[in-house]
Amino acid sequence: MENYLLILIATVFVNNIVMSKILGLCPFMGVSRKLETAIGMGAATTFVLTLASGVSNLIDTYLLGADLGYLRTLSFIVVIAGIVGFTEMFIKKTSPVLFRVLGIYLPLITTNCAVLGIPLLNVMEQHNFMESLFFGMGGALGFTLVLILFAAMRERLEAAEVPKPFKGVSIAMVTAGLMSLAFMGFAGLIK
Amino acid sequence: MLSAILVMAGIGLVLGAVLGWASIKYRVEDDPLVEKIDAILPQTQCGQCGFPGCKPYAEAIARGEADINKCPPGGEDGVKRLAELLGVDPKPLGEGLEPKPKSVAVIDDNTCIGCTLCIQACPVDAIVGAAKQLHVIVADQCTGCELCLPPCPVDCIHMEVVKEGVATWKWRYPVHAIRRVA
Repeated sequence: MENYLLILIATVFVNNIVMSKILGLCPFMGVSRKLETAIGMGAATTFVLTLASGVSNLIDTYLLGADLGYLRTLSFIVVIAGIVGFTEMFIKKTSPVLFRVLGIYLPLITTNCAVLGIPLLNVMEQHNFMESLFFGMGGALGFTLVLILFAAMRERLEAAEVPKPFKGVSIAMVTAGLMSLAFMGFAGLIK
Repeated sequence: MLSAILVMAGIGLVLGAVLGWASIKYRVEDDPLVEKIDAILPQTQCGQCGFPGCKPYAEAIARGEADINKCPPGGEDGVKRLAELLGVDPKPLGEGLEPKPKSVAVIDDNTCIGCTLCIQACPVDAIVGAAKQLHVIVADQCTGCELCLPPCPVDCIHMEVVKEGVATWKWRYPVHAIRRVA
């Protein structure tokens, strides 16, 4: 149990997928303009990522094994695309508003490198099924946390007086860099 | 090799089954009419129709709350196609919806023959010149009404769009919809 807790904290804070691994920057910059969108995107990504980590771990252990390792990336992408398709239908049915707000970013979860990166990291670190699940959920929660924090900051930046050359994406990039520096403060919390 | 093919085929089959089941289970009844109207609209999302985008405008048309002639980017052609789809008479674009960028008339020095016809047509006296002399348009006075274009016998006047700049920028007029009261 302690092990799982450690994985969660490590992935959310110490090895945050966006801030220290620099994965999943596309939705990080794209959907962080408004807080509600960020929350919706975070929830969708969490769902997809947790499910994808679990399923890809099962596939890797039981279907691929040692001799079919070269199919890993291929099969993971297929599985992720399937799960995203399912999520899309599910959200369209349950929350049309969220579906419209997420728009193009929902199918883009398929090509989100964080979503493919975490299952591959799982394999690399030889996690078992439960560990993979927690690793995926932690990574997604970390992604959500950073996305929401960043969206809140960007909402304030809208109102702030920013020098003209820095307006828009440039100041967002600077902010992201500073945030990444701040997250480095967690390094060493857990080995 | 065979096992690799089998594994990928298996994954594909399972995912296909799950997605197929989900598409039946989570089917959303989209109004087909809205989709058809939306397909005709130009998807510029410009908001000139008074709705926040093409889809909301399409939904309003489908509900019968909006007229079909409110889409300037779609033009007359778009109105016609909407009219065909909905089985109503096409009508001209709504008043004031024809978008035209602010422009001024410019006389081509080389073709102008000095006939003074455009001077007589100009409602704001923005054209200076005399018979058999080159005419010039005072850009500051020109309202861009285009009344001088038809009389010119040599077609030497053309309209030039005024770019927005420090010198030409003006506060926008507040736009209010005018409604007839009883």
